[in-house]
Amino acid sequence: MTQRRQNRPPHSPSPRAADRGRVRFDRPEFGRLLGGLAAQGYQVIGPTVRDGALVYASVTSPDELPVGWTDEQTGGSYCLKRRNDAALFGYTLGPQAWKPYLHPPTVRLWRARAGHRELDRLPEPAADPPKYAFLGVRACELQAIAIQDKVFLGGDFVDPWYRRRREGVFLVAVHCGQAGGTCFCASLNTGPKATFGFDLALTEVIEAGRHYFVAESGTDRGAAVLRDLSTQPATPAELAAADRIVADAAAHMGRELDTRGLKELLTRNYEHPRWDDVAGRCLTCANCTMVCPTCFCTTVEEVTDLTGEHAQRWRKWDSCFTTEFSFIHGGSVRASPRSRYRQWLTHKLATWYDQFGTAGCVGCGRCIAWCPVGIDLTEEVRAIRRSDGVTLAQQLTA
Amino acid sequence: MRRNKKPKLAVWKFASCDGCQLSLLDCEDELLAVAGELEVANFPEASRAVAKGPYDLSLVEGSVTTPHDAERIHHVRRASKFLVAIGACATAGGIQALRNFREVKEFVALVYPTPAYVATLNKSTPIADHVFVDFELRGCPISKHQLLEVISAFLHGRKPNTPPHSVCLECKQRGTVCVMVARGTPCLGPATHAGCGALCPAYQRGCYGCFGPKETPNTAALARGWSRLGTTEPDLVRAFRGFNAYAEPFRRESIAHEQT
Ligand code: SF4
Ligand code: SF4
Ligand code: SF4
Ligand code: SF4
Repeated sequence: MTQRRQNRPPHSPSPRAADRGRVRFDRPEFGRLLGGLAAQGYQVIGPTVRDGALVYASVTSPDELPVGWTDEQTGGSYCLKRRNDAALFGYTLGPQAWKPYLHPPTVRLWRARAGHRELDRLPEPAADPPKYAFLGVRACELQAIAIQDKVFLGGDFVDPWYRRRREGVFLVAVHCGQAGGTCFCASLNTGPKATFGFDLALTEVIEAGRHYFVAESGTDRGAAVLRDLSTQPATPAELAAADRIVADAAAHMGRELDTRGLKELLTRNYEHPRWDDVAGRCLTCANCTMVCPTCFCTTVEEVTDLTGEHAQRWRKWDSCFTTEFSFIHGGSVRASPRSRYRQWLTHKLATWYDQFGTAGCVGCGRCIAWCPVGIDLTEEVRAIRRSDGVTLAQQLTA
Repeated sequence: MRRNKKPKLAVWKFASCDGCQLSLLDCEDELLAVAGELEVANFPEASRAVAKGPYDLSLVEGSVTTPHDAERIHHVRRASKFLVAIGACATAGGIQALRNFREVKEFVALVYPTPAYVATLNKSTPIADHVFVDFELRGCPISKHQLLEVISAFLHGRKPNTPPHSVCLECKQRGTVCVMVARGTPCLGPATHAGCGALCPAYQRGCYGCFGPKETPNTAALARGWSRLGTTEPDLVRAFRGFNAYAEPFRRESIAHEQT
């Protein structure tokens, strides 16, 4: 029996039945969608082509989107290719998700001046983060945002920096028309169709000489944006075409992860020899955690200037692959690369369930593609499953 | 927290190109602040006025390559309360440590008409091979921001923020697209100590390893990755045999790829 875990967080906007009707708008109308979002004061962030990859950046016109581009990814390799059409969203994913916009790599937490007796906190310049509209959010990325929402906004301690950025983000999801060579959302039930958490969701259809979008709104403000476009009710044939495209993506996942008893499998294999094997290949470079849309760990750095009169505290992305991350009095708790890789994988796929109620992985495959030596977590899990409990057996015969 | 007396700073040069000490002069905006907090007591590159030791903070640039320098570094140590080795030469032996892989007499005989006049050691070695070093700042050259950070930390008795992890963290934090994955360009970043801010990948080049080995570097696995991208064994030797050739993990890796 396959375990299906719902990654849906409790506070995600629930789709309203009345808005579920799907409509169609044609490709020339796309500029109006961007214009409409801009007119409402949103800074639109969407896919662009930069330095041989798709990078989410500011977009003001459809020409800046990756028109006619696609990406090919496998372990340790990513390559942009030309498509034979002019699709706007005909790719899978770029190296970085929306994480840098919601959870920036560096944040100054506060600054202070040496006062008469104690520190005088200086007010932070009140620069509000921009009001973002994310364009082209994939299903797995919505799930990842939902997971980070839970991390930063759930529980007793809300992260104010994340909240300021997250609040009011307008999310335009685009269902995947093709799965990448490293995708495995279907295994985790996190894609390729976006099912919640969006304001608008689009399917891009290029068929029989036509190029159009099938759109549905998930919120009132999504519906309002849609109302300003020239749309038609989608015909049954158009809806069928849209569904076929997403079903096709679901059927062509580049990777697969067997989630049956996953947490238990990993938990009982802490001494499996595969951890030594992967430690021999792993560079402990931390790229996997940097690109992962759910990884959230940070370190805090305190700096003074030369005079010692000013101090600042910065928060920076950190990773379980660094030794300083687990440094406590006396040294690093995870000195060996083996323990660091194991920490990462078992957090993603086992202890995350205890901590947040879901897997910490959404199956986007970034950690596979952007690992410089192509280490593939699905393969590591498969290897452990193949020889489940092997050390136990060894221990018994020893 | 004003001090009564400013701590004395000395800058020492051993076998090096001067690039690292110039990083200090390069701190244009902060130079006055440095001079405001420290008495620049001995810095021949900046001023001929030399105040006597002992010195509170000594920055030592360069590697030890001559019998004379092997003596001199002990005098420097004795005159210094806190000694910081700066740059690839002082922390790993520098590019001149390429001699360590050969017999230095052969070079001397080839280059100098009267080799007998040249008093040189067989190896170029880092400062820490000779005396106790309080802190090592990496880089070829060092980053001036990190230098200011180390000086600030020294002045205020705190630990400097110079993380020993890979260049990759800085690369991703900067938003650079990985050149190794997206272009198949071999990059030393995954085995190299951070500090430069991931400069080279930001200009679509692989990292050259200027900051030397990171903590727990897996150079063998990285070399296998480079081989898959088509790097030959002689090129692997050259890649690990740069400014930090004599840093142990790089030294071992380069030797592993040498034809026997
Ligand atoms: S993992 Fe699924 S949702 Fe994410 S990009 Fe791949 S196919 Fe799309
Ligand atoms: S662990 Fe890997 S596949 Fe899973 S969400 Fe993170 S980057 Fe994507
Ligand atoms: S799994 Fe890959 S990306 Fe992650 S730390 Fe190891 S080598 Fe780097
Ligand atoms: S370009 Fe080099 S330094 Fe940057 S992430 Fe890739 S391997 Fe690391």
